[in-house]
Amino acid sequence: MDVMPKWAEVVLVPLISLLLAAILSGLVILAIGEDPIAALKLMIDGALGSTYGWGYTLYYATNFMFTGLAVSVAFHARLFNIGGEGQAMLGGLGVALACLIIPWPHWSLGLLGAIVLAGAFGAVWAAVPAYLQAKRGSHIVITTIMFNFIAAAVLNYMLVNVLRPKGAMDPATARFPEAVHLPSLHDILAPIGISFSKAAPANVSLLVAIIACVLVWLLIWRTKLGYEIRAYGHSESAAKYAGISPVKITMIAMIISGALAGMMAINNVMGEAERLVLNATEGAGFIGIAVALMGRSHPLGVFIAAILFGFLYQGGAELALWTSIPRELIVVIQALVILFTGALDNMVRMPLERIFLALRKEGN
Amino acid sequence: MTNDTTAPAIELKGISKAFGPVQANKDISIRVMPGTIHGIIGENGAGKSTLMSILYGFYKADKGEIFIGGHKTEIPDSQAAIAAGIGMVFQHFKLVENFTVLENIILGAEDGRLLKPSLAKARKSLLELAAEYELNVDPDALIEEIGVGMQQRVEILKALYRQADILILDEPTGVLTPSEADQLFRILGRLREEGKTIILITHKLREIMEATDTVSVMRRGEMTATVKTADTSPEELAELMVGRKVLLQVDKTPPTLGDVVLDVQNLRVVDEQGVERLKSISLNVRAGEILGIAGVAGNGQSELLEVLGGYADGTGSVTLNGEAIDLTGKYSDGKTRRACGIAHVPEDRQREGLIMDYSAWENTAFGYHDDPAYQSGIFINNTAIRQDTEEKMARFDVRPPNPHLSAKNFSGGNQQKIVLAREIERNPDLLLIGQPTRGVDIGAIEFIHQQIVALRDQGKAILLVSVELEEILSLSDRVAVMFDGHIMGERAVGETDEKELGLMMAGVET
Repeated sequence: MDVMPKWAEVVLVPLISLLLAAILSGLVILAIGEDPIAALKLMIDGALGSTYGWGYTLYYATNFMFTGLAVSVAFHARLFNIGGEGQAMLGGLGVALACLIIPWPHWSLGLLGAIVLAGAFGAVWAAVPAYLQAKRGSHIVITTIMFNFIAAAVLNYMLVNVLRPKGAMDPATARFPEAVHLPSLHDILAPIGISFSKAAPANVSLLVAIIACVLVWLLIWRTKLGYEIRAYGHSESAAKYAGISPVKITMIAMIISGALAGMMAINNVMGEAERLVLNATEGAGFIGIAVALMGRSHPLGVFIAAILFGFLYQGGAELALWTSIPRELIVVIQALVILFTGALDNMVRMPLERIFLALRKEGN
Repeated sequence: MTNDTTAPAIELKGISKAFGPVQANKDISIRVMPGTIHGIIGENGAGKSTLMSILYGFYKADKGEIFIGGHKTEIPDSQAAIAAGIGMVFQHFKLVENFTVLENIILGAEDGRLLKPSLAKARKSLLELAAEYELNVDPDALIEEIGVGMQQRVEILKALYRQADILILDEPTGVLTPSEADQLFRILGRLREEGKTIILITHKLREIMEATDTVSVMRRGEMTATVKTADTSPEELAELMVGRKVLLQVDKTPPTLGDVVLDVQNLRVVDEQGVERLKSISLNVRAGEILGIAGVAGNGQSELLEVLGGYADGTGSVTLNGEAIDLTGKYSDGKTRRACGIAHVPEDRQREGLIMDYSAWENTAFGYHDDPAYQSGIFINNTAIRQDTEEKMARFDVRPPNPHLSAKNFSGGNQQKIVLAREIERNPDLLLIGQPTRGVDIGAIEFIHQQIVALRDQGKAILLVSVELEEILSLSDRVAVMFDGHIMGERAVGETDEKELGLMMAGVET
């Protein structure tokens, strides 16, 4: 039998990890002479205290949902896709091409076109390392990391030499046409009588991300393909016995993963910047790894973890803005959360298991 | 031999050890007199290995005391065990393959920093030991170049070199041919004459009866009995192990042979390292027949199952009911094999047959998850699979009958029943079955053997691979012996015996 009840496994472990990370972060803030309680209050106020704050938190969370799902899908096939960053960059290129080349009559069609192209670009970018892994045995961690650098270089080249409008001084595309402007949460919520901040960047992509969470859940737990992906992830030898092709699963899982990472671009490129700039991804591809780890590769977990990291991002930005806590320290806090929820999982799990064991013995 | 006044060589008092919720050893007490061979028998998971690991210092007991030669002894690590005169021969040898026998023997017991003098000294004492116990080995042979039986001798010599008076052997015959096993027991007898104390851990009743003076039976972490071997019988021991009466013989009628179902001609398999694992073998299996493949593990049986099961490439010709089967390429995988009527219970259920983290119902669909009965639209019909699993679990008496439990939470026997139910109930023309009862408790062995015979009686062809010669002899209608990738020969079961098969397993032409 499992040692811990499921709720403890899913809720208690991450919660305690989070608490430990918070305490340690508090100590660090204390050490540089600031008040941790005030800092926490500022973070919460800044990220969740207004619809403006929520708008930013949800905007970041949308990015993390896509990249978190991307890492999760690959992880179910025991493939560690570190290349979400590069795949999201290429997705941005796809979005930019979709928006700039095709004259969309309506944003909804433009969004569909952008999703397809962003997904396709991300998928292709993931397919190459997948092929090298499946056919040549090149380790996917190494190749996807390297592909992040290649993606950055490709984007640089495209923005400087191909997509930059004549006479423009910065490496960015032209602004996308008004027709593909995505409705923000303000636009969506206003008709039903909820007033939401006009300035916040959260947009209709959030709904796409939530739909993606549901679809990934269906894929992984309700379809034959998901069954095969998980089977391969649990045991390659058993998968071979059953006649599940490792090459096929590696390719498909990575293509889906890359497509999801690429789709992030509809949020940051199409929804927010409305043009493609250098470093549009801002590390969201890497945060996706932490989100997937914390969310246990489950879409619901990814959804919640993405919002948490959105909060950390937005709250951290507020902290940097209003206090003398340097921006670097925000990164430290985020790193602590990643460390505790992702890497140091067993540190919390083992004592908890012991407690539950003792409780059960007493109960008997 | 012994009387009541001599102190026991080993005495354990009230040893208990728990791993999390599992009580591996519960209040175990045992006395082993010097100069005797003491057997410890029990099913997998009965706690034998845990007990010996405590004695050898790998685990610390939660409770209990250890006395060596009458003195209370603490054994916190294996160094202490060696110092107390305990030597251990593990089931999987701990030898450095590309070192010589001599180098392996002094490994960890070198005197001084320079190798040469200690090698010279060791050579002298090794030769003395070898002469004293009739344990002849070539000190300069490389481990990788000597046979398994020889390697085991090296392990024994290693222990003796460290002045062990008490030798623990954990399932020592698992990798040996019957004649090598006989040699081992002769060596053990010789060691006993010299006053050594031997603890023999095994799950084979025959070995206990042949080799030991006294025997302790373990069941579910408890010591259920300690008896003089001369006063007991295999039936009684089996009953003590399982807790109920068991049938040690398989009941079966003579076979009703049909047409040839599986025909294999000149089948070759070359592995990734370029080593030829199957060297052009030919065999056939008829409907209503069990063909047993005997042989020591690693002589090509696994490769035979893999290539027939569709997950290793081979060359040659294989036909099923007269239809040729692809041995490489796109139409050579587990799925296509299943589609043409081959079911496969693989040798290693934990690595291949099951996904240990999948629930029982997910495992029941494994390999057959394309079945239209398991689908509804684009989705998998979980409810249908679960229901099917519940029915299969009831028919095969899987305990606990809970389809939601992960495979890893079932015992070995129940895991095997899950695989067996999945494969047999597909009503295949040919069943490939490897090591059907490895790591399976005696009670379940009986049931599994009955299922295999029942399938044969329905007129199906069965290819059985097992390293347990007893199992081969009791189940098969015909036996083929494999050695070094060849088929050494085929015998009808009535016309052969363990001795002849044993020689063939060792590569001797008969």
